[in-house]
Amino acid sequence: MPFVPHTKTDERVMLDAIGVGSIEALFDEIPAELRNGQLVETPTGLSEMSMLRVMSERANQDVIGLSFLGAGAYEHHIPSAVWDLASRGEFLTAYTPYQAEASQGTLQLIYEFQTMMCRLTAMDVSNASVYDGATAMAEAILMAVRANKKSKSKRLLCAGNIHPHYLEACRSIVSNQNIEFEVIPYRDDTGTLDLEYLDTRLSEDFAAMVIAYPNFFGGLEEVDHLTDWAHENSMLVVGVVNPMALGILGPPGEWGEQGADIVVGEAQPFGIPIASGGPYLGYMCCKKTIVRQMPGRIIGRTIDLDGREGFALTLQAREQHIRRAKATSNICTNQGLLVTAATIYLSLLGDNGIHAVASRCHTNMMLLLDKLTQIPGVRLRFDGPVFHEAVVQLPTSAKTILQKVAAENILGGYDLVEVDEGLSDCMLCCVTETKNDEDLSVLTSALAKAIGGHSADL
Amino acid sequence: MAEFPGELHYLESHEWARVEEDGSVTVGISDHAQDELGDVVFVELPEIDSEVIAKQEAGVVESVKAASDIYAPVSGTVIAINDKLEEEPEIVNDSPYDDGWFFKISPTDLDELKSLLSAAEYKESCEDDAH
Amino acid sequence: MLIFEMGSEGRNATAQFEEPTEVSDIPARHLRGCRAGLPEVSELQVVRHFTNLSKKNFSIDGQFYPLGSCTMKYNPRGAHRAASLPGFLNRHPLAPEQFSQGFMACLFELQEYLKDVTGMQAVSLTPMAGAQGEFAGVAMIRAYHDSQADSARSEILIPSAAHGTNPATAVMCGYTVREIPVTSDGDVDIDALKGAVGPQTAGLMMTNPSTCGVFDRRIQEIADIVHGVGGLLYYDGANLNAILGKVKPGDMGFDVLHMNLHKTFATPHGGGGPGSGPVGVNDRLSPFVPTPVVQRRDDGTYFWADRDQLPLSIGRLSAFMGNAGILLRAYAYARLLGREGIHRVGEYATLNANYMAARLAEAGFQLAYPNRRATHEFIVTLAKEAKELNVTAMDVAKRLLDYGYHAPTTYFPLLIAECLLIEPTETESREEIDGFVDAMISILEEAHRTPELVSAAPHTMPVKRLDDVKAARDLDLAFEGS
Repeated sequence: MPFVPHTKTDERVMLDAIGVGSIEALFDEIPAELRNGQLVETPTGLSEMSMLRVMSERANQDVIGLSFLGAGAYEHHIPSAVWDLASRGEFLTAYTPYQAEASQGTLQLIYEFQTMMCRLTAMDVSNASVYDGATAMAEAILMAVRANKKSKSKRLLCAGNIHPHYLEACRSIVSNQNIEFEVIPYRDDTGTLDLEYLDTRLSEDFAAMVIAYPNFFGGLEEVDHLTDWAHENSMLVVGVVNPMALGILGPPGEWGEQGADIVVGEAQPFGIPIASGGPYLGYMCCKKTIVRQMPGRIIGRTIDLDGREGFALTLQAREQHIRRAKATSNICTNQGLLVTAATIYLSLLGDNGIHAVASRCHTNMMLLLDKLTQIPGVRLRFDGPVFHEAVVQLPTSAKTILQKVAAENILGGYDLVEVDEGLSDCMLCCVTETKNDEDLSVLTSALAKAIGGHSADL
Repeated sequence: MAEFPGELHYLESHEWARVEEDGSVTVGISDHAQDELGDVVFVELPEIDSEVIAKQEAGVVESVKAASDIYAPVSGTVIAINDKLEEEPEIVNDSPYDDGWFFKISPTDLDELKSLLSAAEYKESCEDDAH
Repeated sequence: MLIFEMGSEGRNATAQFEEPTEVSDIPARHLRGCRAGLPEVSELQVVRHFTNLSKKNFSIDGQFYPLGSCTMKYNPRGAHRAASLPGFLNRHPLAPEQFSQGFMACLFELQEYLKDVTGMQAVSLTPMAGAQGEFAGVAMIRAYHDSQADSARSEILIPSAAHGTNPATAVMCGYTVREIPVTSDGDVDIDALKGAVGPQTAGLMMTNPSTCGVFDRRIQEIADIVHGVGGLLYYDGANLNAILGKVKPGDMGFDVLHMNLHKTFATPHGGGGPGSGPVGVNDRLSPFVPTPVVQRRDDGTYFWADRDQLPLSIGRLSAFMGNAGILLRAYAYARLLGREGIHRVGEYATLNANYMAARLAEAGFQLAYPNRRATHEFIVTLAKEAKELNVTAMDVAKRLLDYGYHAPTTYFPLLIAECLLIEPTETESREEIDGFVDAMISILEEAHRTPELVSAAPHTMPVKRLDDVKAARDLDLAFEGS
């Protein structure tokens, strides 16, 4: 009976106190024909040792050697202190800080997280996080439609080079509210948004423009121009931004004349393992003027009865447990544990550290591209600057090549046929600070061999 | 005890309306409503020149524990808003019928006021709620 | 003290990064002009700061945490360790199938166990929290009606005791909400329900046992009424722990449900998340489940079923596979408990709640539903104390903190005045429950003798009661100093 501490004596004493003869009698209000919870498919229980053995065997099946996959989930060094601290029971097994006096640890930590995200993005306010980058984008879209009082429209302009899974998730989440997306195409030569296309949509009313930075292909958009254009046309600007890139790239709060209005994204790069895609950390920042349209929990600094500094949930009247059908969102969780990890991570790195990590990611990417483009038939698919990911064009289908290098226990990149059939000979490669020169050479040799082998097949 | 000034018209949703000498209608929330809400922390007002429709949402009043829509008592155009509430929402608690007014409407049809409650009727409706 | 206030310019946790490199090939207009203002502290300062912050938290590991409707049971360390195995932590979400079979096997089996536990025919694990599970469920109801060309259904019925997420979800799915009252004994008002259903009814969202801490005895009749007009029944799994291994929602007549694995399957709450809210459906709704789901081929290998296999799916709800790591913890928990352990969850959760309710009632506390059996939780109302002694439910909750117990849920459900919703869970011992009851008795005595002691509580926490009004009026949401 794992985790149920009752002895036979306990049980008898407790039943006597209640005044019933058996535990079964406690279920007597449930119609008898429903009392049939018999499990059939579930196996019998295991000791922790046996369970860990099963799980270890499973985990070992999935071990890979070297990975250059990014596409929204990024491998970075995670300082040992991050999860040592985040796994303390006081963080791990606490719940939502509704009892502020008994939750000052979590509350202060979230306030520090909000501060860090505001400073990185140069935005005024941050919430305590939402589920992941994709849902953060969906919430940002709903928020933009609510917040843009100048526009009556429920249509948006959305970058066509945003993570395709993000776009798909957003469609699932907002479509029942009759919100529509117009997708801005990307240029075939740069992979960045087609600015000329925008002028063809001048006469229409859109609530917001959604920009990815870096875009899905790793490239850097002309964010100043896009932001000013959107503002001139009464749209709000939503930036979907990899926050790690902000170690070297200009913050969205400074895009164009007025800066982005809402900035969201995936903060997984901040100390969170790639771990099959979750739990991750969707962050969400905005300008102060629209903070009341922001969903999710927000922590404020205040004072207690004695005038001492303290922290509490604030702006709760917008949330579902009070506002019910009129809430800004149905969300009630934030990714508290991951906020804890990210806050510790950013504290350890500081300005110098995040600059160092981001610059090393970028430099490693450039080194890899130098190496890969030495292979005959391999070229960089798009022109223009990138952060730590880029699209590499191969002489044949990416699928074939990636399978061949996978046979050598290397994940070479993401097959872009999943995104655009026209990119079936392209893969999206990512390099972070975790790779050294030897790793880059291993991938280069494996690819050269796979491509060479392919040529020989011809 | 909450005050229910006799010269005002009320909605069951706790807004009051006062017809001014120039024919405009001033809107606020009742003493009873501010008391129920507790400390008001934020008021969202309609924009000047916007159109409001009788008994439809025109703003929001927010306390720590609740957020309530504010309904327009009559249809018309918003001609003034009480800017002071933005910085000092507590005025709603201190002076619900005077300094704590929300906005003024230039009404399209003053007859709409006839469907509103009198002070006595509103007071009764508040007492019913309490049971 | 904030971490920002303990730094010094140029100080760093230098073991955690290597020298920066020069960025020469990105045009200057893209580059960051000035530093962001992150903390400048040493590694030891970081470790000490966050260790000390953690000590200001109540947690299951530290305290009894009888927070009603939140199922704060012990989170087995073994499950946490299992999910933290390097093969799982380092698996990329887009890794090819051949590098994912171990992970997918766990997910596939978890899907099977959850079907078993709920009596449903299909499960999708992707929703990342209860609220997202609700969203998926109601979106499937909508997709189902749309597939029947039945677009006149515009309304979701929700009992008035429901969680706030239910109406918020219905609105996110484009529905209007009609509340159904609850009778004085805590069950749904059947006559009101009969009067409310019609061709406009898309479905009913319901928690059973309800948030009133009682099992709705007429659930089959409710199901028949809603099905009778062509509506579907949504089961909010918030209280599944009460009936785990005893009753299956599928048998009650529900068409679709979500489970809160962070409650029922003991995954850690992490200070507010992550959660995990898988959905289960019957055959009628199985074509619509959110993607991806794991399926098994005849040769025993696993693959991701996506749009290609599920063209009617409501689609993707996350960038990848929901809160995958939480699913692994829930799987490990299910393996530890096994069939026989799961059967006991509902039983002992119910035993603990009824025992505590009986002891509190004996001590003079007023139960909200004294004539009903408690389920896994129950409600105490302090309306009398509030009136006579001017000591509120919130005061008692705060005073409990001084006694070393986390407060129960206060002022929810909204139907009951001055209420405490108390859920002890099955993992608490009799001694712990007795200790809590003794504390309640002692606080009641204090309320009579020295009410100001209770109404000014807590006295022993790092802070006293906080000024919520100031927090909301003078918004300070990010530190502006350096």
